Amino acid sequence: MIPDAAPKGGIVLARLSKSYGPVQAVRSLDLTIAPGETVALLGPNGAGKTTTIDMVLGLTRPDHGTISVFGIPPAKAVQAGWIGGMLQTGAPLDHLRVRELIALTASYYPAPLGVDEVLRLTGADAFAGQWTTKLSGGQAQRVRFAAALVGDPDLVLLDEPTAGIDVEGRRNFWQSMRDIAGRGKTVVFATHYLEEADAYADRIVLIAKGQVVADGPATEVKAQAASGTIRGTLPDADMAALRALPGVLAADRHGDSVILSCSDADTALRALLAAFPAIHDIEVRGGSLEEAFMELTADHDDTATEAMEIAR
Amino acid sequence: MSSATHFRFEVLRTLRNRVFYGVTLALPLVLFFGVASGQRHATFNGTSFPLYFMTAMAVYGSMFAVVGPGARIARDIALGWTRQLRITPLRARTDLAAKVVSAYLLAVPTLVLLYLAGASLGVRLAASQWLELTGLILVGLVPFVVLGFVLGYLMPVDALTPVLGGIVVLFSLFGGVYGFELAKSGPLFDVMKALPSYWLVQAGKTVVAGSGGWPAEAWIVIALWSAILVPVATLAYRRNSARA
Repeated sequence: MIPDAAPKGGIVLARLSKSYGPVQAVRSLDLTIAPGETVALLGPNGAGKTTTIDMVLGLTRPDHGTISVFGIPPAKAVQAGWIGGMLQTGAPLDHLRVRELIALTASYYPAPLGVDEVLRLTGADAFAGQWTTKLSGGQAQRVRFAAALVGDPDLVLLDEPTAGIDVEGRRNFWQSMRDIAGRGKTVVFATHYLEEADAYADRIVLIAKGQVVADGPATEVKAQAASGTIRGTLPDADMAALRALPGVLAADRHGDSVILSCSDADTALRALLAAFPAIHDIEVRGGSLEEAFMELTADHDDTATEAMEIAR
Repeated sequence: MSSATHFRFEVLRTLRNRVFYGVTLALPLVLFFGVASGQRHATFNGTSFPLYFMTAMAVYGSMFAVVGPGARIARDIALGWTRQLRITPLRARTDLAAKVVSAYLLAVPTLVLLYLAGASLGVRLAASQWLELTGLILVGLVPFVVLGFVLGYLMPVDALTPVLGGIVVLFSLFGGVYGFELAKSGPLFDVMKALPSYWLVQAGKTVVAGSGGWPAEAWIVIALWSAILVPVATLAYRRNSARA
């Protein structure tokens, strides 16, 4: 690494907005990422993850707001070779072998890693002599990962890096990614796989409708949503009364079963037993990340719809 | 960090595209021998037919060679590689320069092969005349290089191949590349004289006449085409970047 490339100030996205025609892909998004963090941008399709990553890479110009990558604008950081990116789309360049493509990419950077080292790190060494047009999906993904890493960037941005890859390919990929993060790199990856975000990120930034709806360690993101779920059998339940119980966020019915999503499961359970002594087969579970995800993104959806209705 | 590696691999990629390389080299040779063998003592347009047709076919092949980067640009865009390059420190202009160099590296052997073919049918020029001919052709190809860029940035890759081919054929037809001229005077002749391909084909005759290169009219035509196409190519590049 060249001495003046020492990451300072991390990555700062301030009041970032981007629209495509009438579609607001990103709405006034604020996010600060410290050097060395591994952050997952988690959200459903169309949440604005790719647009956000493209703006940090300097590929897309924001309509409003600013981005600072280690203290400088994205285009400058790209020029300096501080950023490595793995885009969601893109096939490796043709008429080249894998090793040649990585050597070519390395030549663009001021202080690249060794080509052999990167091939080994990403597992692409097994097919380094192969033509780039003759790779399987998993092999092409490793090559693109190698291309993102070979410049030894301080910030690595990965846009849904394991989309369309089989289970073993994914496991290998995340193993390599951990090695990279272990070298003190700042890693930001977009995913809609909850388990990936949970397992591989220090911090999860949940994005829905172009905004950050939850941000923190996986455990904290769970806590920001339902702390637990209570399930029981209660025929002919008064749903409105259930929803009105203290500590209950939402109530659903499936046949004779009722499911309560709770902000405070303990309080809700005490109130439930007092108000509905007939309830039986009771189960109480801690909130899963998936439930938090569904709740936070769905919840936000409603407020966004309301906001749009008010705007009309 | 050096752009030498990028230039080297860009040339290597051109050479490895064997079908494109082979056809670009072989097609004008085949046409030259097919048409000129029977007319080696004929005269045409005030000069020997083999000299005229050698120049014409050298221009034909090299026009195909230098619009090639346009096809490569469209292909790199379709692969998604253009976006990948934009997130590396490589400058877009270095990539373009490498594509131009690889295009000219393909054009030069086309010229040399046609010169050898011409010599085999009795074309004799002084060393300085061969060089002058080469210089005129390489300069006259500039508008075609830029035209390739414009179309490469604007058109989808699957539409581009027939469009580039069709454009080269039209420029050839109106420029007199195919061994006949559509007109000797009148408005159609004025159109022909406004095309860089016309003056490219005249380069052989110009060199033999020893008039010190093209008339001013030819330089103006080539300069104007380049001057108009360069800003168009810049706009096409920006449009593509904004869309990406």
